[in-house]
Amino acid sequence: MSDTTAAVPTTGSNQMYVLHVNGVDHEIRDAWLGESLLYVLRERLGLMGSKGACEQGECGSCSVLVDDELVCGCLVLAASATGQRIVTIEGVAPVGAPSDVQQAFVDAGAVQCGFCTPGLIMATHALLDRSPEPTEYEIREELSGNVCRCTGYGRIIEAVQRVAVARRGGAA
Amino acid sequence: MSATTATTTTTTTTTTTGAPVTGRLGDSPVRPDGIAKVQGSFAFSGDLSADGSLWGATLRSPHPYARIVSIDLSGAWAINGVEAVVTAEDVPGKPTYGLIDQDQPVFASEYVRYVGEPVAAVAANHPETCRRALAAIRVEYEVLEPLTDPERAADGTFPPIHPNGNVFRHQRIVRGDTEATGEVVVESDYEIGMQDQAFLGLEAALAIPDPGGEGVELYVATQWLHEDRGQIAACLDLPAEKVRLTLGGVGGAFGAREDISLQVHTCLLALRTGRPVRIAYSREESFLGHVHRHPARIWMRHHATRDGKIVKIEARIVMDGGAYASTSSAVLINAVTHMQGPYKCENAVVDGWAVRTNHLPCGAMRGFGVVQACFAHEGQMDRLAAACGLDPVEIRLRNAMETGDRLITGQVIENVAPVRECILETAALPLPDEPVGGHDGDPMRLPGGAGLTADRSHIRRGIGWGVAIKNLMYSEGFDDFSTARVTLRDGVASLKFATAEVGQGFVTLAGQIARSVLGVDDVVLEPIDTTVGSAGSTSASRQTWMSGGAVDGACRLVREQLFAHVGAQHGVDPLRLAIDGRDVVDTMGDLCVPVAQATAGLVFEDTFEHHHRPTEELDENGQGNCHTAFAFVAHRAVVDVDPELGLVKVVQIATAQDVGRALNPLSVIGQIEGGIAQGVGLAVMEEIVQIDGRVRNANFTDYLLPTFLDMPDVVATLIEHPDPMAPLGAKGVGEPPCISSTPAVVAAIRDAIGKDLTRTPVRPSDIVF
Amino acid sequence: MSVTVAHTLDEALELLAATPSATVLAGGTDLMVELNMGHRRTDAVVCVNRVGELRSWRHDPGTDTLRIGAAITYAELMDAPLAGFSPALAQAARTVGSPQIRNAATIGGNVGTASPAGDGLPVLRALDAVVHLASTAGTRDVPFAEFATGPKRTVVQPGELITGVTIPVLNGFQGYSKVGVRNAMVIATASACLAVDTNGHTVRLALGSVGPVILRAPEAETIAVQAADFEAGTIDPEAIPAFAAAAAAAARPIDDHRSTAAYRRRAIEVLSRRLLTRAFPAPTPGASS
Repeated sequence: MSDTTAAVPTTGSNQMYVLHVNGVDHEIRDAWLGESLLYVLRERLGLMGSKGACEQGECGSCSVLVDDELVCGCLVLAASATGQRIVTIEGVAPVGAPSDVQQAFVDAGAVQCGFCTPGLIMATHALLDRSPEPTEYEIREELSGNVCRCTGYGRIIEAVQRVAVARRGGAA
Repeated sequence: MSATTATTTTTTTTTTTGAPVTGRLGDSPVRPDGIAKVQGSFAFSGDLSADGSLWGATLRSPHPYARIVSIDLSGAWAINGVEAVVTAEDVPGKPTYGLIDQDQPVFASEYVRYVGEPVAAVAANHPETCRRALAAIRVEYEVLEPLTDPERAADGTFPPIHPNGNVFRHQRIVRGDTEATGEVVVESDYEIGMQDQAFLGLEAALAIPDPGGEGVELYVATQWLHEDRGQIAACLDLPAEKVRLTLGGVGGAFGAREDISLQVHTCLLALRTGRPVRIAYSREESFLGHVHRHPARIWMRHHATRDGKIVKIEARIVMDGGAYASTSSAVLINAVTHMQGPYKCENAVVDGWAVRTNHLPCGAMRGFGVVQACFAHEGQMDRLAAACGLDPVEIRLRNAMETGDRLITGQVIENVAPVRECILETAALPLPDEPVGGHDGDPMRLPGGAGLTADRSHIRRGIGWGVAIKNLMYSEGFDDFSTARVTLRDGVASLKFATAEVGQGFVTLAGQIARSVLGVDDVVLEPIDTTVGSAGSTSASRQTWMSGGAVDGACRLVREQLFAHVGAQHGVDPLRLAIDGRDVVDTMGDLCVPVAQATAGLVFEDTFEHHHRPTEELDENGQGNCHTAFAFVAHRAVVDVDPELGLVKVVQIATAQDVGRALNPLSVIGQIEGGIAQGVGLAVMEEIVQIDGRVRNANFTDYLLPTFLDMPDVVATLIEHPDPMAPLGAKGVGEPPCISSTPAVVAAIRDAIGKDLTRTPVRPSDIVF
Repeated sequence: MSVTVAHTLDEALELLAATPSATVLAGGTDLMVELNMGHRRTDAVVCVNRVGELRSWRHDPGTDTLRIGAAITYAELMDAPLAGFSPALAQAARTVGSPQIRNAATIGGNVGTASPAGDGLPVLRALDAVVHLASTAGTRDVPFAEFATGPKRTVVQPGELITGVTIPVLNGFQGYSKVGVRNAMVIATASACLAVDTNGHTVRLALGSVGPVILRAPEAETIAVQAADFEAGTIDPEAIPAFAAAAAAAARPIDDHRSTAAYRRRAIEVLSRRLLTRAFPAPTPGASS
């Protein structure tokens, strides 16, 4: 973390606010209140796993959960997310102990450059929590807010299907 | 440094003694960086920061062509938190850069030549401070009439917009009997729009100045560290060794990171302020800040016999290179030399221009000039098929190129050239078994998707073909090489190279090579930086061949050392020794020493530079052995089209690709599917729209990339004939998937609607009207 | 700059009364884009997407109307139970952005932004929705037809808040169609909503992305009403092309980087024809199809 003192004098604020991220309360001080949740997660809390690729909700790379809803972190005003439960990619599983979805992405070849991957992991967990046995087109529609430029999506669909199969006991 | 560099990764495979080494060539081991990437802990260049770092930002021209009358920086300096403001006057060294011709200014000084050209940069304590500082800089422009018609650049009717003139390069190819004619003649004009690489990981860099400002360290996502270093050092007037580059994690590249974008600016601001500086582009800035695929207009005429054999091709190509040279001249050469496609052709007259306009600069993008050529020659093959009463497969089979055939440059194809097999294997792949709209009636399967624009009865299905030839590696006399150093210590191989890992998986492949050659399980990849020799660029489908060859060569040198050591220890001729699994074995005796035991407490190290065979420049008639090697591919597209609304749903792409040898089949499939997605994008949605020199869609709301619902099923066959010319038998696989997939999709749309389409991307209005 | 999260309607209205220039933040999917790009700066933000009154909806069986709180999201409108009250609104909701966007984007925000391309808006226009506004001075209802005065311009006054919309629950076909170049996450090039009121014998057709505001096509509606047999669920097939032509004539499209006026007009013609055919699928006996 390097930017904790980087207030903008012309726009800075004395308004402190608290964000509840991955089970921990964080006080955000001296911040410009126009910052997105994505910016605050990355630059003030050092949670670099959420990625920004468009800052307008068109790529899904910054997907996080806010009160259990999958949203784009770039479209959440950070100072408005007080009192809400925020879960980021860092809160999905401990480092070195990947979730089943994370492991399946690696095993299925669903990762190339990896920039879209954290957002896709968030979206896939949200999808499978809601719909444990999605059809191929359900997967396509539910993940359509996450753009990947490397893989052409085929291996990602494969990864999601593998998790669905494994979760129902491995029966195909 | 608060973040570790992205590229230090260790792979460990726990195996029981006696089990074969896994993760060797031909296997599909998982990526060594995979777990970090899925957990969000992999550090991309935009994730890097340093204590006390400032943010940098760039002021860009709002005009396509204008003279800078004055620049007033006082407003920016007056803003609290601003630490540096720099312009062209502050560039200490060479004022321009470029991969081939150094004509692109670090900052515009006298003229701006495209919307988005850098004019100044600031460093400040917060991105919002930067935005305000940029807004406070006053630049007075005298707006000039922009050159927006590439034809006027080619024909010389527009006054030069740059001292070097408006033509980057003109190249003619004349071969055989230029007067030859055929019984069947077909011709058409074709147009290819400007595609963006649109990698997701935006341009970002962190520069850390040396104390005293005598040098700088740059962490950056790039395709070619050493080339960047040379250009940066020249602009900063520093010796190359004082500019040290480390690869920041790269979120895709596709050609757009081959040129300099923010590198010099970031270093300059760091040296000015004496503090670390980060620059991170926004999406809009990324569209303006890197080079794109050349838009092109191509006229083409084929002469053929009545039974469809090509007699002669004629072509005229104009590629819009935008405001600065980048790699335009090389892109042009690829286009003109690939105009015949993967087909036999003895006679040719081809004329090509790459020109300067006041559009966004264009340069490398996956396919590099061949995408444009292929769109035209494949459109022509379908025309020829129709004129000769043949089907699209038959016309291509009749003309399919083979090993030993000559290009229109006179160069003999010495590589394996399984064009016929690619076509036949693609044709053998099953067509989609579901009807229009699928069995489940999910509206998402129809063109228009959730928009519920159509019912099944409105939809027509079409099938189209595309076949391509693509050169691999660099051309025209460039001494292309890659360097690798291998250290074998206690049974662990450490690999050092400067090969940019941009997502393609070289980090996986490098370990596979080491395991195969050295019989080790554990491979450590050292940081990817400029402390070893150049690897060349991660582009041109070249790293498997070039850096794979370098790692393979270095591993073999180390293995020789190991065999010499084991041979001396055991009194065996090293020439009799071989690696079997994890062991050094005597092929003529019963000696068997585990590699780990043989190397215990010892270090074997060697470095290898892999060069490909030399190439030549083209002469004035476009003749010469200018290319290194070639790969081939076929695509068949099935599309559903709503003719009344012009909406398209690509249903399936079938492909058979000449890969030489699949060293990591899962990675190859990843390249094929990913490349096809980009080809589909160019076919039906991706285009940077510039009107009067102004970009109208520099964002992901209006520059559309294929989503999960736009990408078809891909069925693929890998054609494996190891190429004797390739160090590992493997051809590069990155570019071919995105070359002929585009014309295949467009041909399928034509087939569905029975209408001529000569432009890509195909817009709904092109189908409707 | 200040950011305040309101939890009750009174609290939100008090905040807006105290700072009439404050920017209202609902789902954030429009406003945050402007803030991120530096296209908008604001001194005060009032967040309303957790205001209980705005997060609720109510079906009034007496009037058979549905009042939808302004902070109801498109994800909620897409699914049961709300989808049952207005199938067209559910269809439109499914075309809004992506799952992430639909989880955040609210109907009040869509109404307030008043983009001609707003996905839910043709449905509200077809259904003759009423927009509810409130301030500390009181409340007022504005017909949706009068709400937007131009692209992204509305009648909302400083200090006023959109609290919800009310739509009638109609008995009859409802359909929404949207043309975009991509099959997900796409801005409408042209869109249309057709709603049939079988009881009231009306056909309503609203058009999106083909004018400065959402348009109705009254001549087309008249053609449809005259040609329809509401009891039998049939329509004179010869009226369908005339209906479609009248719809296209009602459009006022422009050329821009997303498409051309000519294409948009054609798209409206096609969408209108197909929607009417879906609404009256059974051919009139004896008529050719």
